Amino acid sequence: MRLQIRDLSFSYGSTQILKDISMELGSSDVLGIVGPNGAGKSTLIRCIDRILVPQRGTILLDGQEMKQMNSMEIAKKIGYVPQSISNTFPATVFDTVLMGRRPHLGWRSSDADIDTVLEVLTMLKIKYLAMRDFSEISGGQQQKVLIARALAQDAEILLLDEPTSNLDIRHQLEVMEILTKLVKKKGLSVMMAIHDLNLASRYSDRIIMLNGGSIRDTGDPVSVLTAENIESVYGVEVIVKHEAGKPYIIPIRSFGD
Amino acid sequence: MPPETVDMNESDIKEEYTRFIGRKILFIAILAALLILIAGIAASLGSANIALTDTYSAIIERFLPDYVSPSNLATNVVWNLRLPRILMGVAAGIGLAVAGSAMQGILRNPLASPYTLGISSAAGFGAALAILLGKGVVEGEYIVIANAFVFALLASVLIIGIARYKGARPETMILAGIAIMYFFSAMTSLLQYFGDADAVKEVVFWMLGDLDRSSWDTLGIVGIVLVLCVPLIMLKSWDFNVMAAGDETAKSLGVQVERVRILSMILAALLTASIVCFTGTIGFIGLVSPHITRMAIGGDNRFLLPASGLVGAVLLVGADTIARNIIAPVILPVGIMTSFIGVPFFFYLIMRKGREYW
Repeated sequence: MRLQIRDLSFSYGSTQILKDISMELGSSDVLGIVGPNGAGKSTLIRCIDRILVPQRGTILLDGQEMKQMNSMEIAKKIGYVPQSISNTFPATVFDTVLMGRRPHLGWRSSDADIDTVLEVLTMLKIKYLAMRDFSEISGGQQQKVLIARALAQDAEILLLDEPTSNLDIRHQLEVMEILTKLVKKKGLSVMMAIHDLNLASRYSDRIIMLNGGSIRDTGDPVSVLTAENIESVYGVEVIVKHEAGKPYIIPIRSFGD
Repeated sequence: MPPETVDMNESDIKEEYTRFIGRKILFIAILAALLILIAGIAASLGSANIALTDTYSAIIERFLPDYVSPSNLATNVVWNLRLPRILMGVAAGIGLAVAGSAMQGILRNPLASPYTLGISSAAGFGAALAILLGKGVVEGEYIVIANAFVFALLASVLIIGIARYKGARPETMILAGIAIMYFFSAMTSLLQYFGDADAVKEVVFWMLGDLDRSSWDTLGIVGIVLVLCVPLIMLKSWDFNVMAAGDETAKSLGVQVERVRILSMILAALLTASIVCFTGTIGFIGLVSPHITRMAIGGDNRFLLPASGLVGAVLLVGADTIARNIIAPVILPVGIMTSFIGVPFFFYLIMRKGREYW
């Protein structure tokens, strides 16, 4: 197991966001975190990367208690891909990806770092963007650049927060295909918070369904994405169809209040 | 064919990137040369007429006495009167601009500067307290300097204290800084309202900022602070770069955001305090030098920090030279001239730049 989480709880002030979360992430695992808005998906990811510090619980990273690791050690192993970033000051795509080398860098960036960046840009087919300003490229391109940065980081675990939310259908599929390919090729472990249940179903090995800060259900897509689960968690009526062994969700109507 | 399939090859990009870096280094080299030239011109101008070549000879003679022979007048005027002032301009320009760049970087705000964060206005209040009421942290001739220094640091201690208590978020620190600026301005106004007219005039003069009070001793002090603080700030270049993409990103890349922010704030405040206590509040340099530099070479702090320091030095020495000579023998305070020169130039750059924001 790469990540083992035991009884994780987190609150903002007196508002509890996560309650006693226990879960695991193995190597070459694609784990989808689903759940309605406010269920705690993003918070969970941020707690794991220690962007937020949970009040209770333990997280073991490759068997080591994360609280005892320094931030650079963690950054060498875990890459975080936010939904989007807004640069206050201009930065080229190249420099944005080069930032992923930060955990490995001194003041100078070496030739090897530059080569790593080029390699990653090539792998994601965005080399042609290298010298463009990050803020001037499209949402789909930005998403790929942020994934590229996490890859340049040489992290073996990727945490993604809604990697497809800003993208059109083609870019959604492209990004998911890139991720699953990397999981196969490099043995990465991927954990992603994702709204689109059909994408989650199609690309995840396992799914965790969160509701109100607790795990409602966990398992493979077929066992978690049932009409019953979705109806009780989201308050919507759905039909679940199965296609090539994966469930697909067709929304019918919301139950309202 | 979608544009994605049109791709450059790797060596092209590497070459372009190397050229990109080369351009930045060239920019820094040109600025350094320009600074030496302007400093030389500045040293040759003034009430005593000294030729430019004589000026350079006088400067070089100190290091290589066998090769040049300047006139006695030149040696005297240049070394005793003009150089301390010019070098103070260089040091103050570098210090204020680097402090401004660091503040804009760590606070992710293009409006941050020693001026907008209340550090300068706190220094002004300290000086006013000494000039108008004779009250200060020390007695005697250094009372104004010591007061300005202590109050400038006090303002930053307040900002940092609030940041530590409430979490070092940029918005918190900026709002705290602005509140502090208003508070100390109001306190200064209050003192001035009840002050005696001559003393009030002295306070106003102090707040305009000028390099008149420069000497080799004060230059030495500022120089030491500069040598200590600037390299420490530059060591944080990568952290600043990463922090520009947001605290979350920076944390996920292993940067201890709050610590870097508070440490850099302390360094920037120390720089500012040690400069403005001798020169008075020279505004504008700390705000615009980073922007001018960013427009020229982009936001990579590894190059931005040293380059903006040089831009600040060129601006300040250039402005001071004009201020000394434009209606000679009257010497205008450089604080006025930096804005007169900087603002039109800055407007020009804003209008010329095609992008909405650099």
